[in-house]
Amino acid sequence: MIGRFSLLPEQASTVAGQVDALYFFLVALSAFFSVMIAVVLFAFAIRYRRSRAREVVPTGGGFLALELTWTIIPFILVMIIFGWGARVFVTMRTPPDDAMQVYVVGKQWMWKAQHIEGRREINELHVPVGRPVKLLLTSEDVIHSFYVPAFRVKQDAVPGRYTSMWFEADKVGEYHLFCAEFCGTAHARMIGRIVVMEPAEFQNWLSGGSGSGDMLAGGEKLFEQLGCRSCHQAETGARGPTLAGLFNKQVQLADGRTVVADDAYLREAILNPQAAVVAGYQPIMPTFKGQVSEESLLQLLIYIKSLQAPKVAGADAAAGSGKAHAMLPVHGGQG
Amino acid sequence: MTETVVFEARDPEVNYLNADYGVRSWLFTKDHKRIGLLYLASITVFFGLGGLAALMIRLDLLTPAGDLVGDDTYNKLFTMHGVVMIFLFLIPSIPAVIGNFALPLMIGARDLAFPRLNLASWYIFNIGALFAAWALLAGGIDTGWTFYTPYSTMSSNSNVLSGAFGAFVTGFSSILTGVNFIATIHRMRAPGLTWGRLPLFVWAMYATSIIFILGTPVIAITLLLMMVERAFHIGLFDPALGGDPILFQHLFWFYSHPAVYIMILPSMGVISEIITCFSRNRIFGYSFIAASSIAIALIGFLVWGHHMFVSGQSANASLIFSLLSFFVAIPSAIKVFNWTATLYRGSVSLQAPMVYALGFIGLFTIGGLTGLFLSTLATDVHLHDTYFVVAHFHYIMVGGALMGYLGAIHFWWPKMTGRLYNETLARIAAIIVFLGFNLTFFPQFVLGFLGMPRRYHVYPDEFQVLNVFSTAGASILGIGYLLPVLYLIWSMRYGPKSEANHWGAVGLEWQTSSPPPTENFDHTPVVTSEPYDYSEPVEVKRVA
Repeated sequence: MIGRFSLLPEQASTVAGQVDALYFFLVALSAFFSVMIAVVLFAFAIRYRRSRAREVVPTGGGFLALELTWTIIPFILVMIIFGWGARVFVTMRTPPDDAMQVYVVGKQWMWKAQHIEGRREINELHVPVGRPVKLLLTSEDVIHSFYVPAFRVKQDAVPGRYTSMWFEADKVGEYHLFCAEFCGTAHARMIGRIVVMEPAEFQNWLSGGSGSGDMLAGGEKLFEQLGCRSCHQAETGARGPTLAGLFNKQVQLADGRTVVADDAYLREAILNPQAAVVAGYQPIMPTFKGQVSEESLLQLLIYIKSLQAPKVAGADAAAGSGKAHAMLPVHGGQG
Repeated sequence: MTETVVFEARDPEVNYLNADYGVRSWLFTKDHKRIGLLYLASITVFFGLGGLAALMIRLDLLTPAGDLVGDDTYNKLFTMHGVVMIFLFLIPSIPAVIGNFALPLMIGARDLAFPRLNLASWYIFNIGALFAAWALLAGGIDTGWTFYTPYSTMSSNSNVLSGAFGAFVTGFSSILTGVNFIATIHRMRAPGLTWGRLPLFVWAMYATSIIFILGTPVIAITLLLMMVERAFHIGLFDPALGGDPILFQHLFWFYSHPAVYIMILPSMGVISEIITCFSRNRIFGYSFIAASSIAIALIGFLVWGHHMFVSGQSANASLIFSLLSFFVAIPSAIKVFNWTATLYRGSVSLQAPMVYALGFIGLFTIGGLTGLFLSTLATDVHLHDTYFVVAHFHYIMVGGALMGYLGAIHFWWPKMTGRLYNETLARIAAIIVFLGFNLTFFPQFVLGFLGMPRRYHVYPDEFQVLNVFSTAGASILGIGYLLPVLYLIWSMRYGPKSEANHWGAVGLEWQTSSPPPTENFDHTPVVTSEPYDYSEPVEVKRVA
């Protein structure tokens, strides 16, 4: 855990053991080849030293069979290493469907985490043991990197886009959180701790703290305040496409592309609407760049994701009139 | 003030060093040998500067709280260390000093193909270098040598523009050197010196020149784009301006990964020369070593994405970059095996250059093998941006490249200066460097595996023990580097005179006097045999 000298790092996630197995295989392989080369070099240097007066019979020139041997054997070895590393990597990059989602924003020089249920934390992240946790990361300024050595996971938080990572802690305790990408003056102080708790204890913790409201309620409020609903209502003839049931669905764009409406797409659609106009609609939506913070954006996303598809199909009909964007909140029905 | 003495039959006492005197005769020289020495002077100064920064960093890291300097100063120190060591020392080191001096001699040429361009490259290098050094010293830069956006363009308050401009300018000296070497190797080889008979150092210079020419323009453009965004707020890399920060990393590593091979390939060439000479043996697997240099130069351009496995790059791209990175491991392994086999049934003498060469093989082997940990996707996620990476690339770029450079300096020193240094001191220095290096950097592998991130001014207490070891090693290493500076300077004045062929080597450069005359050879040599043909005892000639 924190503060204890050791030559082996703590293993506290389901993937840590898999990474270490590969790591120690590589250590063994490296030690074998290093020692082998050192021994052979020393042996030759002593056995064939010049002071042993004798007829010099140079060999050299090389032997094809030997060259092929020490080309093919390393090749086979590195292909095994590649495959092994790739297999564990794919596991690391594929979050289970039931992963609990937490939103993390990096900024100079702190980590801000926000749980869907509303609890926020700075430079700390509380998670339950034995449950997969998926982090959606972004940054408000420069590139940071979310690194938990005990979990053997790391992911850059990049401004202007979402990246994600997941882990499943398997040991209760406190672990280091580091920023691993250089980000300026206090980079080395952009650290914190991950607190892994028993599930019941975690639930307790989650419901405590300051009651700033959950992210869903915050998102709904923003959705009203920013006037999103005036266009994106789930009714026929709206100026914008309906957002109900949109998340993770295929969207046909005006320029012919088809994209999946994931976190990155929704973010882009809010900050840079002209980049991806939905087919059948006019490019009339104003940008909200500079008006919503990364945290507000996350709340909006959570709200949009929560919108259920309407029972009756046909809400996404043709485009509306195409007048300027109205900032008046219109109370349309939530699908 | 200068007297150029030309003899029909050459005066054996006149050589390139004493044919001409005075500052002008050096500053306007077109002699590749003198330009090599000019580069030697320049980069030795910068090595001192970069080393000083390293010393400050290591001292500061003695305590977890980083008590010596403040956060910003620390960030400026590691940036200075990186920028100076990479752009102003390692990249020009062997090509510009040893390559300039020895390449024409080794192929039996009178000079490089474009002597004026060669001199121009030295001036361009110094202009860029002084610009960068001024930026680093007067106010400093705090981005790290990697200049990652958007930190470098929108956030940093330091001298990013002038520093990047300096690096940009020095790039042109690399390009000129590359063009010069390639033209020289193609057009100016002595009669009979076919491609299959080229010394392996020349092959290595050829491979390095390919990277100089193909890679350097990309870093020049990348730095220029970064400067444009910083100065004029034109959105290229900053997402707030509509740019893409990951694009910068792609462009940056497209050059900067091959740049590692700019540093290591020349050393590999040097090692092939030294191992054969001190084993009195033909190189084992000549064509495999030559081909592996070219393979490394070319495949090296296709692996840059392994610096970006956790950057947000797509998982598919990461898989491909990981696979390609393993392909680069093969030619490096081939080289190590062939060097080792070259000792077999040779006649081995452990003189100073050979001690450096064996040290190179040891450190490069560890550096190369730990590279496997970083091309492996799953382990890189954990080790990326930790001290493991710091240790790995120092094993390659200091353990490898710098050991090769010191080996080269010791090997060709009698040829360059006509003087001999103290052999015992030189061997001791080589061993001190080897031991000091390992004590400095081996603990950093463990630190990285434990999770200590790089570029950390302060760190948790549990990492202190290993940091103390590392700092202790660095002080030993410092002595190891200081020692050659002292005895080599001493030898220039007081060292015994060297014969033409001090080591009894077979290369063409050893067939002319030490130091060589300005025109290199009295008669153009004719090559009739393969390189490293030690089947006949080589006589140690007193005069060419």
